[in-house]
Amino acid sequence: MSEHIVSRTVYFVIFGALIFMTIVTYLAARVDFGNEAVNTIVALTIAVIKATLVILYFMHVRYSPRLTWVVVTSGFFWLAIMITLTLSDYLTRTPSGLPGTR
Amino acid sequence: MSAADIHLTDAEQHASTALQHHFDNMEQQREAGTLGMWVFLITEIMFFGGLFTAYVLYRTLNAPSFAAASSGLNVKMGAVNTVVLICSSLTMALAVYYAQTGVRRMQLILLLVTWVLGATFLVVKTFEYAEKFEKGHVPWLNFTWNTPEAPEAMPAGANVPAIRMFYWIYFVMTGLHAFHMIIGLGMLGFLIYFAWRGRYTPEYHAPVELGGLYWHFVDIVWIFLFPLLYLLGANLHH
Repeated sequence: MSEHIVSRTVYFVIFGALIFMTIVTYLAARVDFGNEAVNTIVALTIAVIKATLVILYFMHVRYSPRLTWVVVTSGFFWLAIMITLTLSDYLTRTPSGLPGTR
Repeated sequence: MSAADIHLTDAEQHASTALQHHFDNMEQQREAGTLGMWVFLITEIMFFGGLFTAYVLYRTLNAPSFAAASSGLNVKMGAVNTVVLICSSLTMALAVYYAQTGVRRMQLILLLVTWVLGATFLVVKTFEYAEKFEKGHVPWLNFTWNTPEAPEAMPAGANVPAIRMFYWIYFVMTGLHAFHMIIGLGMLGFLIYFAWRGRYTPEYHAPVELGGLYWHFVDIVWIFLFPLLYLLGANLHH
């Protein structure tokens, strides 16, 4: 058997980190940084770190073959393309004509 | 590949019931399964990704309205559910560990705990939806915002159609997520039954491993939904 078995200690450490970051997200959201964009950046940065920890350790991608790495990364890369190109289109049209907008 | 794998001949490997005839060895079979599951999960990323794109777009165009709308959500319930889901991810990961090491009893207990945590999430969600209905925040049923009887956050630049759009996005995204949770509970039921029957061994436990991937994916979706939906208006509360 060549399957990599992740130790329980790793799972508990990752769990602790996830709970800790959830608390930080919650507290940071209540702080007034003077600019709401800062709150969003903080919240999203923490969410991305949390998701990465889940993917690498709980989902064992860190111990998976290169092919799995490529497939997983490309999935998120395509998501980034979808969001970026959609926004680059909509945000350069004024007025956008979307319901609920000016 | 470990030494043990190399010394087994194909015939010996195929003699074990776990190895399907179209794979050379267990490692290849396992990797193919994992890869297939990830390809499915990527279609899920795109599925939820379309909704996240809609969220980002409308929010960019209606920032004050979205912050106001978000302040109407129940942050406590959202936070409790976040913790419940993270706990369920831990128990699921441990269930996979005990499947890999062949401890049937612990595997069964942890799968059951994961199921209970998943059900807890859905119960909390039900109370949350009921609260939205009572406050009149369900877009297709009874949507009102900031009426004289029930004053609500209405910062400068906010408008009711955009606030209503936030609630559409809230219900569609959390609803789709809850639907995935329901599927997950069904899947866990299947895993619990076969774990109880003792089907999963250190050699063959692909369903537990792949079920775990699905469960963690649903957790990741929530990791993004919680700050994006619930915490957006948190600094309006004070």
